[in-house]
Amino acid sequence: MEPLLNGTGITRSFGPTPALRGVDIDVAEGEIVAVTGPSGCGKSTLLHCLAGILRADSGTVTYRDQNLGLLSEAARSRLRRTEFGVLFQFGQLVPELTAVENAALPLLLAGSGRREARTVALGWLDRLGVADLADQRPGAMSGGQQQRCATARALVTGPRVLFADEPTGSLDALTGEQVLGEIVQVARAQNTAVVLVTHEAKVAAYADREVTLRDGVVDATGLGLGMRA
Amino acid sequence: MSTAHVLLGLLAAGPRHGYDLKRAHDEQLPRAKPLAFGQVYATLGRLERDGFVVASSPERDGGPDRTSYVITEAGRAHLAAWLSSVEPPAAHVTGEIFSKVVVALLAADDTTAHDYLIAQRAAHMRRMRELTAAKTGPNATTAELIAVDYAIGHLDADLQWLQTTLRRVAGPDKE
Repeated sequence: MEPLLNGTGITRSFGPTPALRGVDIDVAEGEIVAVTGPSGCGKSTLLHCLAGILRADSGTVTYRDQNLGLLSEAARSRLRRTEFGVLFQFGQLVPELTAVENAALPLLLAGSGRREARTVALGWLDRLGVADLADQRPGAMSGGQQQRCATARALVTGPRVLFADEPTGSLDALTGEQVLGEIVQVARAQNTAVVLVTHEAKVAAYADREVTLRDGVVDATGLGLGMRA
Repeated sequence: MSTAHVLLGLLAAGPRHGYDLKRAHDEQLPRAKPLAFGQVYATLGRLERDGFVVASSPERDGGPDRTSYVITEAGRAHLAAWLSSVEPPAAHVTGEIFSKVVVALLAADDTTAHDYLIAQRAAHMRRMRELTAAKTGPNATTAELIAVDYAIGHLDADLQWLQTTLRRVAGPDKE
């Protein structure tokens, strides 16, 4: 089966420092793939390249037969708004907007009417158990509530791929687990693929499989560190 | 772990038959080894001998054994003492994985140690995925969540220790 998303030979450097040194990765429709590895292994950079937020220096990222590297900035931006959802460690909600306004944002950017966007966003807040906070601003919410709102925002357009970078990294163990359980449950119900970046085995265990990076390359051993083999 | 204390704990809420006790044990400790009937009755026999429970047998009319067991005051005191006594943190480091990794690093060639560690990690991750799926399933009871959390926490501790050990042994110049 053709993968939904494919990265082949991805390299990316920041100045003289190589972050990715030729990574191959496939993500199938509806599949949850954990990208794991120690700090600095390149996992967040890989997520940014796959999501079209960063351009790879070389190699290709293909989403449904579209080579992201060949798309215009406007086309990539459209793809990110409609087909991809992104969720970071700290929800990155807009502090001046209420929960429902935050969650509706991607729909408004994609051209939906205000009323319709609000209705859909409210539905997502409800699915994530935070509908009662719809008119609160992020400052009045707990970390777990903010992450639930950010998840609603990431999923509001019905994306085919959710990119989640340490989505529960800033939450306590139990809240993190609850939020992660909800993300995975909703993604499975929607058949949304998830690229889940984490350094924790417990979080990776929510995925169908894991891809481990070490020093910017895939470490097939899964150990994420070099043994003297 | 003491089956006797668990049975006393289950009887603290009210009298139960042997079969009830087995079922309640298996429900409350869902990831523990299921209790065998023989063990239930043997344990109840010892608790009765020690005066911690008494058996009450209503008249039987050829039906199944309906003997129910009632916790005594001495039984409650014994249970309370157990619940308030602190389990000493383990004095010695034991565990098959611990020994095996140490011996692998000492005695095996690099390839053997390496292959073992990869396979062990994969087995732990597989189990952790199964347990995670069980706890995120629609029918997970609180007892199940508690038991699975415990199992995942221990697997995770093993995994973290494995990786830390490897990094220590590899050292910066060997990476």
